[in-house]
Amino acid sequence: MNGKPFEGVKIIQLCWAGVGVYTLNYLSHFGATTIRVETATRPDPVRLFAPFAPTSREGEPVGLERSAFFSITHTAPEYGVSLNFKHPGALDIFKRLVAWADVVGEGFPTGVMDKLGLDYEGLKKVNPQIIMMRTCGYGHTGPMADQPGFGSILTAVTMMDTIVGWPDRPPVPPSTYYTDQLSPMYASLAIMAALDYRRRTGQGQYIDHAQIEAGLNYMTPLILDYQVNHRELVLKGNRSDHAAPHGIYRCKGEDRWVAIAVMSDGEWRSFVKAIGSPPWTRSRKYATATSRVRYGDELDRLVEAWTVNFPPEAVQEILQEAGVGAGVVANARDIDEDPQLNYYNFYREMDHPYMGKLRYYHPAPIKLSAVDAAVQRPVMVGEHTDYICKEILGMPGEEIERLRQQGVFE
Amino acid sequence: MLSCYRILDLTGEKAFICGRALSDFGAEVIKIEKPGGDPARFRGPFYKDVPDPERNLTWFAFNANKKSITLDIESDKGKEIFKKLVGKADVVLESFLPGYLDGLGLGYSDLSKINPGIIMTSITGFGQQGPYRNYKDPDIVVRALGGLVYTAGYDDRPPLTVTYRHTHALGAMNGAVGTMIALSHRALTGLGQHVDCATQQALDIVCSAEIEGPYALFGQVPTRHGRARATVTLADGSTFYNPLLWECRDGYVALNLLLNPTAARNNLSMMAFIKKDGIDIGTFETWPWESKGWENMSRPQAEELMLVLGKFFKNHRKDELLKLATENRFQLGPCNNAEDILKYPQLEARGFWKEIEHPELGATLKYPGGAVVTTQGYVGVKRRAPLIGEHNGEIFTGIGLTGEEIATLRKQKVI
Repeated sequence: MNGKPFEGVKIIQLCWAGVGVYTLNYLSHFGATTIRVETATRPDPVRLFAPFAPTSREGEPVGLERSAFFSITHTAPEYGVSLNFKHPGALDIFKRLVAWADVVGEGFPTGVMDKLGLDYEGLKKVNPQIIMMRTCGYGHTGPMADQPGFGSILTAVTMMDTIVGWPDRPPVPPSTYYTDQLSPMYASLAIMAALDYRRRTGQGQYIDHAQIEAGLNYMTPLILDYQVNHRELVLKGNRSDHAAPHGIYRCKGEDRWVAIAVMSDGEWRSFVKAIGSPPWTRSRKYATATSRVRYGDELDRLVEAWTVNFPPEAVQEILQEAGVGAGVVANARDIDEDPQLNYYNFYREMDHPYMGKLRYYHPAPIKLSAVDAAVQRPVMVGEHTDYICKEILGMPGEEIERLRQQGVFE
Repeated sequence: MLSCYRILDLTGEKAFICGRALSDFGAEVIKIEKPGGDPARFRGPFYKDVPDPERNLTWFAFNANKKSITLDIESDKGKEIFKKLVGKADVVLESFLPGYLDGLGLGYSDLSKINPGIIMTSITGFGQQGPYRNYKDPDIVVRALGGLVYTAGYDDRPPLTVTYRHTHALGAMNGAVGTMIALSHRALTGLGQHVDCATQQALDIVCSAEIEGPYALFGQVPTRHGRARATVTLADGSTFYNPLLWECRDGYVALNLLLNPTAARNNLSMMAFIKKDGIDIGTFETWPWESKGWENMSRPQAEELMLVLGKFFKNHRKDELLKLATENRFQLGPCNNAEDILKYPQLEARGFWKEIEHPELGATLKYPGGAVVTTQGYVGVKRRAPLIGEHNGEIFTGIGLTGEEIATLRKQKVI
């Protein structure tokens, strides 16, 4: 099959931090031409997030090109152009890029673009068919429109910090920036639907994406349960109301664990056989799911008395072989070495002028049968400024030089 | 926006949200249930706690907007009807164990012969290929192998999974995006394709920066530190874990504590508020916020700062702290539960909640509104989830079955 799904689609990425970038990655992995606009005078905070790849030259400053955080989120092909919007010349170039583009993705708090005259109305004057996707924490209207939105806070605001924990302790976050990775799928869908619609109708649009609103779309059952049954979620550690054994069990080794979930009575019989049918499994207490859930405490102790004899990989293999859900509680090393993720070539090694060779660059978590996701090392600030000005905007060399002297490309 | 597309949805509970998201953008999504109703309908929570397949709240949540037909795709007659539907559809969504549909003669290669433009999106824990392809993929197992369990929890207890089991929604939402990518590709080539989405990979993206970064660069294996998930480096080069969640008077708040020049003004004004409470801020009376960050702080100083902040938050309620944050742009947010979120001022101001009628229950329920707001029409929930086989008549008549044939199929329990 010829071509890439978004071949010919031109995107401007004006996004700080996570959400906007994750959103546009889906298009850039699959054929869109994406230009990232940024300035070293006010860098993306993510370029300043530790950990940093070490430098071999003593005394060399860390700079903007060594953040693991930045590099691991920018794995799709991008061009980089540097524009300092404090100069009118930079705004002029930006507008020329808008005229060229199909999509502008923007991720600043409400007000930043508006003050520059670069809100949707402003962009539409330059390109009436433009699709503008704006993402921020709380949406672009309302009393919190101009609040910066950080994933770690939006995770709490969207109830996601109330879903992991023990009954006798405060809840813990499911991950550090959870909504940063959960909300982009909706923004990406919106852009793709907008491109599809534009192909059929010629009309562009403005998309207002709020992390809080996209995040809450994952939480609907809890919101309905509260409304009709007046019930908030009660934290249960690793237990299930319907199934047992269901939990995280200690294994042989230092801080090694396995997840086991026996989801039906049939799976229970397979589980019993797989662990060698010890006498305790014949107790009537464990004959049905309801009863196993009731005697969960003692059941967990008995299951763990078996798992501690094996490394988690062995438990995973023995139980999955028997048709019972089990998996290593994977740490950083385990996911790096995971046979399944590596079968899908999910860790790509790439060389980077500042970071050297690393094998942690991911494609999109989507495998299409007719086309592969393109993966590329992260773009550096302004890496392709000259190329973009010359090849895409057709600017003569001396104009580029003159603007450079004025600091337009800083 | 997508009303020109017809999607056949064979997914189970873990991937309901995929078709739901596509329906939010206007696609016609037809949920195909087993005769008698989808198995997921029978497991709670239920409306007013009455166990009834037509009162299932998870079903309501992630099948809203869809139509429902009942069809036994394992029977010969059912297969024949399904193939007819495929002839007039754009997309098939499914989340069976890999190979199940192939075994029925309804795999991608079979369906693409009937309709070369058909897109099949498969959502599973681990993917259609590879050594784990036949693995059982319950939520806790996929989450563990995806790397999100090991770092969640307290260091003196086992790692933790989620009590609200939604992990497969990450794979399913990537399935929705993958479906759109394939539709876009089809617009260029005229051909459909098979989209393979694995929740494990979607989870791996979530842990990339926090967990894989330190490992790839330094061979570090991040462990669990309760609520203290934000890592910083102190003056002595040691790692300090500062809490993302803090206890307040009526629950918890999240704080994103940035110690850098751009946050200096906020930090200074937060200190002023803390002093107003009569809390002694000690060292931080004279701390140069504009020029110094974590890398200049000693461990006792970092611990003192935690103590000062901890005292302050305990003095206040979530709603007071939200107000303070909004007025002063502090990077602070309440840890909301369902009660809190339903009265969250920003969402009220944006008219976020949508009232959806459930005539059979004589009730109107509030649903989260659209994940985006656009200038090309409303995106989001529009109508309640379908009853079992509610649209059998409409859909089967549409592919040319007569009333008599439909009645016979019903008797044969095909539909």
